[in-house]
Amino acid sequence: MKKEWPLWEVFIRGQHGLNHRHVGSLHAPDAEMAIKNARDVYTRRNEGVSIWVVEANNITASSPSDKGPLFEPSNSKVYRHPTFFDIPEEVGHM
Amino acid sequence: MYAQMVKSTGKGVQSLEDMSPEERAFQERIDRGEKIEPKEWMPDGYRKTLVRQIGQHAHSEIVGQLPEGNWITRAPTLERKAILLAKVQDEAGHGLYLYCAAETLGVSRDELLEKLHSGDMKYSSIFNYPTLNWADIGAVGWLVDGAAIMNQVPLQRTSYGPYSRAMIRICKEESFHQRQGYDIMMKMAFGTEEQKDMAQDALNRFWYPSLMMFGPSDKDSVHSAQSMAWKIKINTNDELRQKFVDQTVPQAKYLGLTIPDENLKWNEEKGGYDFSEPDWTEFFEVIKGNGPCNKERLGARVKAWDDGAWFRDGLMAHAEKQSAAKLAAE
Ligand SMILES: [Fe+2]
Ligand SMILES: [Fe+2]
Ligand SMILES: [Fe+2]
Repeated sequence: MKKEWPLWEVFIRGQHGLNHRHVGSLHAPDAEMAIKNARDVYTRRNEGVSIWVVEANNITASSPSDKGPLFEPSNSKVYRHPTFFDIPEEVGHM
Repeated sequence: MYAQMVKSTGKGVQSLEDMSPEERAFQERIDRGEKIEPKEWMPDGYRKTLVRQIGQHAHSEIVGQLPEGNWITRAPTLERKAILLAKVQDEAGHGLYLYCAAETLGVSRDELLEKLHSGDMKYSSIFNYPTLNWADIGAVGWLVDGAAIMNQVPLQRTSYGPYSRAMIRICKEESFHQRQGYDIMMKMAFGTEEQKDMAQDALNRFWYPSLMMFGPSDKDSVHSAQSMAWKIKINTNDELRQKFVDQTVPQAKYLGLTIPDENLKWNEEKGGYDFSEPDWTEFFEVIKGNGPCNKERLGARVKAWDDGAWFRDGLMAHAEKQSAAKLAAE
């Protein structure tokens, strides 16, 4: 038969209150095994309190060549940052 | 090192002026210290060299489990057994991180394994030496993981993002490996006369094979120059070997053990030790497949792969059946 196990991307919540973060990938036949393998490979030293796995071919990624059109427009929008505005000291904390 | 004598594909380093605009932009990104990510444009040679290097590195982690795995059932105490088991399990993880990094370059893990099994791809020469007794497990952790660390620490800064991230993860786990090895060596070197002799004997046998891990001098190699320009190699083999010797000599001294080299001498001028080169003829023989354990190691890998086929296929068939049943129920 010979069929390679699909690739899964692994996301781990390091501590309560934090986001899940991508930590790497692995091969597994199904989601359940992917979670088990992820636990064995990526949390051997208390690295996490929760695991997500997503089959890699279910992820849609932006293309590197779209970097300009996607992200450059926000460069010029400096007013989106609070530091753009000067608030007089007398006003107090804002 | 774990990847020895990886040949880059180019004809050597080109000057920026001679490069195509794409290549030049790529090289300039690397020179700026930017990371290259999987889907981005890269020269063919960069991709191919990386696949070879990361693949060979991954194979070394996996085959490297064999000489140590050999001693798990015979560790002298339950604690040592648990520690060695954890160490060998880490190495499986290292293999996995690296295979995944290689896969981002467009090869599959099965393809890489096939190439290992057919002998098309190599693993580090060091794992073709036998581990004859418990002292060897100490020497392997101390010297072999020690030499691996020398090479892996700078590679955390390599230009290819997935490789760099895999190396960072590996380096975090590696120092436990070296320390557990040195801990075994301390126990033996400060033990009975017989134990000390075993420790010395292990050092005698593993010293030169450890120096070989860095590969022959590559200061004049066009392949290495290209790899260094691409930042997939950070130091020359000689630099790393020198660092390893300088670091290891005082550690041996502390153990009261003698490095098996009459020419070992502190050289004030260069601020490092002078030492004898390993026997490179032996190295090339081992690389060619004629080391003491080549057949046994590769044989064990191929057997594990073949014997596991029904299991891999069975789990896949089960997964497909489950997802078909789930679809039907929806
Ligand atoms: Fe490792
Ligand atoms: Fe290792
Ligand atoms: Fe290791």
